[in-house]
Amino acid sequence: MMDDASPLMAALTLIMHFDPVFVNIVQLSLRVTLTAVCLAALIGLPLGALLAVSRFRGRLAVIVAINALMGLPPVVVGLTFFLLLSRSGPLGGFGLLFTPSAMIIAQASLVLPIVIALTRQTIEDLWASYREYLQSIGMGPKQAILTLLWDARFSLATALLAGFGRATAEVGAVLIVGGNIAGVTRMMTTAIALETSKGDLALALGLGIILVGITLVVNALAFGMSRIGVRHAG
Amino acid sequence: MPDNQVRAVALSVSDMSFSIGGVQLIYPMSFQVTSGRRLVVLGPNGAGKSLLLRLCHGLLQPNAGQVHRNDLHPAGRRAHAMVFQTPVMLRRSVLDNVTHALAAIAVPPAQLHGRAVEALNRFGLMGLAERPARLLSGGEQQRLAIARAWALRPDLLFLDEPTAALDPSATRLIEAMLTDLHAEGVTLMMSTHDLGQARRLADDVLFLASGSLVEASEAQQFFNDPQTAQARAFIAGDLVW
Repeated sequence: MMDDASPLMAALTLIMHFDPVFVNIVQLSLRVTLTAVCLAALIGLPLGALLAVSRFRGRLAVIVAINALMGLPPVVVGLTFFLLLSRSGPLGGFGLLFTPSAMIIAQASLVLPIVIALTRQTIEDLWASYREYLQSIGMGPKQAILTLLWDARFSLATALLAGFGRATAEVGAVLIVGGNIAGVTRMMTTAIALETSKGDLALALGLGIILVGITLVVNALAFGMSRIGVRHAG
Repeated sequence: MPDNQVRAVALSVSDMSFSIGGVQLIYPMSFQVTSGRRLVVLGPNGAGKSLLLRLCHGLLQPNAGQVHRNDLHPAGRRAHAMVFQTPVMLRRSVLDNVTHALAAIAVPPAQLHGRAVEALNRFGLMGLAERPARLLSGGEQQRLAIARAWALRPDLLFLDEPTAALDPSATRLIEAMLTDLHAEGVTLMMSTHDLGQARRLADDVLFLASGSLVEASEAQQFFNDPQTAQARAFIAGDLVW
């Protein structure tokens, strides 16, 4: 029992004493993931809304492709960006490989299809009930999209939280493009994998507790958002 | 209708027809809506009443023929608005539903709140201003839809069976509101399959069946001396073919 309890106690000690290495890993993870989700939101929300309200040839194929991309294996995304960003790759000149920027790009690419697909679905449902009214008051497409995004904000916040959840738990892509360099690109998930293989269960367990905590908070926020949405917007 | 000759035409439809995928839904028809009058479009389910209103409002474009209406009032505001059978409530407060509509027609931001409050007061909804519009009762939602349309100050208001889903007391309230709007000079074009409502509200009647305009006349004449067998059957409560 001691052997089992000790790593847990050590993990809790790391958390409660704000161990600098531990805190650095958590901070970097949150910075990378939040930036990636913001980037995906900036691109994905308008794109998803546009896809919901527009009709063009090949639209269904685009929707199917985006839905399929939601299940994209992170290691494949990581490998793709590794090839693009490596010195001999087409984007190698930017020198982004093994930097937090590369991890942000990879995570944003994983979250983007989720944001586009969930936004498209949410906005399409709302558009079905709003379309005639918005047209009847003479609204153009741009105004209509802004109205739809605003009115669906609580549902869309939940979509973004889903994207955040996917990014937080992701390990393959950031490991490949980040390199898991201590103090530079070491994230919670990559650190857990490494420390577990090294046998440093305290750090791995501590980071695991924080990850589970983040997951709980994200789910609580998503639940709260939907409750607030019903209360304030109906 | 002694003053018809001097009153302006609010809407003029000539040889308009509409079809989708080769199915003729509205057969060629022509009629006019006189300013300040209440035109009720009557007919059984599937007659094409809602479709006709959407064509007249401009939500749909006819395949042939023309619809002439003033899209813009001389003062620059939009000259017509529409109230739907199932009120479309934005996921916002009652007040924000009205300010959103006003902003859509480019009412200056400084005037938005005042005009929205005026509309809510006018229709007895000010006490619900901060409530989410989607949580109102059916009758309250329809009142809000009419208040929101009224806030746009339309000359011509289209109403697609506005009381179809309401109980008698809510229906009475809506009818009283429409009577007031008419007294203020707003031209109304409204669809219903409720004969009693048509008798209470109509100045003029368009009677449709299966996408065709069967009869167009003043309400009194339509109810007292219908000219077609289909109209007679409808008024008598028989099945219309």
